[in-house]
Amino acid sequence: MNMVRVLERTGADVRYDAKQTCCGQPAFNTGYHDESRDMALHFLDIFDGDGSDYIVAPSGSCVTMVKVFYGSLLELPEEYREKAERVRSRVHEFTSFLVDVLGKNSVGAEFHGRVTVHDSCHALRELRIREQPRLLLRNVKGLELVEMDAADVCCGFGGTFAVKHASVSTAMTEEKVESILRSGADVVTGVDSSCLMNISGMLKRRGSAVRCMHIADILGGSGS
Amino acid sequence: MTSRTPIIPQNLKLLVEERIHDDGLRGNIRRATHTSLGKRAAVVEDFPRWEEMRTTAHDIKKHVMDNLAHYLELFERQATEAGAQVHFARDAKEASSIVCGLAREHGERVIVKSKSMATEEIHLNPALQQSGLRVLETDLGEYIVQLAEEPPSHITAPALHKSRGEIGRLFSEQLGIPYTDDPEELTAIARRVLREEFLQADVGISGVNFGLAESGTICIVENEGNARLSTTLPKVHIAVMGIEKLLPDAESLGLFLNMLGRSATGQRITCYTSLITGPKRSTEPDGPEQLHIVLLDNGRSTMHADPKLREALYCIRCGACMNICPVYQKVGGHGYGSVYSGPIGSVVTPVFMGEQAAHDLPFASSLCGACADICPVRIDIHHHLLDWRHRMVEGQDGPLLERIAMRLFTFTALSALRFDLAGRLARLFAPFLKHSAGGMRLPVWSETREFPNLPEKSFKQLWKEDRERS
Repeated sequence: MNMVRVLERTGADVRYDAKQTCCGQPAFNTGYHDESRDMALHFLDIFDGDGSDYIVAPSGSCVTMVKVFYGSLLELPEEYREKAERVRSRVHEFTSFLVDVLGKNSVGAEFHGRVTVHDSCHALRELRIREQPRLLLRNVKGLELVEMDAADVCCGFGGTFAVKHASVSTAMTEEKVESILRSGADVVTGVDSSCLMNISGMLKRRGSAVRCMHIADILGGSGS
Repeated sequence: MTSRTPIIPQNLKLLVEERIHDDGLRGNIRRATHTSLGKRAAVVEDFPRWEEMRTTAHDIKKHVMDNLAHYLELFERQATEAGAQVHFARDAKEASSIVCGLAREHGERVIVKSKSMATEEIHLNPALQQSGLRVLETDLGEYIVQLAEEPPSHITAPALHKSRGEIGRLFSEQLGIPYTDDPEELTAIARRVLREEFLQADVGISGVNFGLAESGTICIVENEGNARLSTTLPKVHIAVMGIEKLLPDAESLGLFLNMLGRSATGQRITCYTSLITGPKRSTEPDGPEQLHIVLLDNGRSTMHADPKLREALYCIRCGACMNICPVYQKVGGHGYGSVYSGPIGSVVTPVFMGEQAAHDLPFASSLCGACADICPVRIDIHHHLLDWRHRMVEGQDGPLLERIAMRLFTFTALSALRFDLAGRLARLFAPFLKHSAGGMRLPVWSETREFPNLPEKSFKQLWKEDRERS
């Protein structure tokens, strides 16, 4: 709900269609294109022509699925290509929407703490989102932004990779967690819940007090 | 470490498990890859337009691949004109038997080899040995892995997985010399041994970094001078060259030399760049009497015929994608089991070794895309891995449980009602999975990480309540 609050604070009229489910990325990433395509068509049927100007999601990887993979790496039937084209141009990741579309540097938020940003791979390399979250965080009252080393290195999640190659995934997450701990931050944030769930899982296992928070919860939250 | 598990892609999971907890190995790989990456970053700064250079390099490779027949014919004609003998090999077996035939014909004593991944790909060394020939790797890294009876673990730094201590012990055991881990001393020892052999050798075998179609020239880059010795001292030089190594001309070579050295080892240019056009001419005092160029297909024309996979032929084998890859950094080249390891290795191996053998490779990646960002010729490596995953699932089917899970999830997600119901059920049963410290217990995942509890309410419920309030 914090994303909704931030968007409404900018004056946007936010709507939510309860028929939506999943963009199909998990199946796509694992190679199951038929299953993924079914979900993609469901997604396109709901969002194309729904009367809204923009589609905003608090997830770089879901946005990547729609914006980058629909119709390119995931083949769609002829009659859906135009739909996909229209939807693709309307879908935006949350921080990129605020900064690149609305031109906002600040959303008038307040948060007390030392915060570091983890760059999620899809957001960083498919959507080129790097500065947007940092810009918004720098303008949060009371927030101190610190950079970890290797912020742009993968956290090791990778969807089914985390289970198929759990030991390699774990080794990658360990390095990420060590970078976070070295940064001295008490909160790690990012634009993707899945990476944060992974990182948080190991921080908790280690008994660390460092918290993982989605950037929407910092920008729209209660302040600490 | 020396592995007993055969280093083949079918053993990927075992090979990974043998390596993932080896801190010494991880330290060696980390030091080597990070050193290369650091040097690379420094010298890439020479070119403010590096990103444009990548695009140009991509376009040149695309042009060559889109006109492959023309450039192959031109190369063959020009190389033959210059006095070289050009052979075509359809597959690894044919290439290996051509080289073995030539080597048997001309080699009596020892065959010296300079670093070449193409000869690894066709498993040339065992074939030569079976022909009764003694073959010696002369690149220091290759010499080290040959002594250790291991395949190279990196396409430009074959012994990258070994520390200098391990190399010292290896030299001491294999050469019967006192132990030292001083890199300069070790290099000097290898040089002494190898120099003697160079003078004895009657056949030299090399790879090729670039083949220039306009002149039939082969270009070989290296740092130790061993490739130059291997290609000039023996009376016969055999070069094995993948057909994707072609460039149009010397002008394009300038760009690629600038990019290869920087991307591979962070060098502005390698210490030696040899341009070889034909064998020794009658007016020249030295050089080989015969130059044989073996053009290797081995699945490349299959890749060429595939509109998606063709891009993988742009690769110039710099190894930057391995250096930057967080998976490669954890397990090293042997962890993949394939001759070509790392991200690009997982793209080309299913073609070189077959989809069955390479089934697991495209899945051994978090798809972070760092490989595509560093690739000097802009190959979308991680997208090719995604494509392979699809091909593997389509061609061979995934594991039964995975297939059922995917179908079930899709069935659920195609209706908001079912999706809601599944969420409610999950919330209902989640407390029974409860684990310590406010997390759920999941197989595999929970061995190293906590899994969060499901939120009490779905977004849908929160949204509804929020709208009812206002």
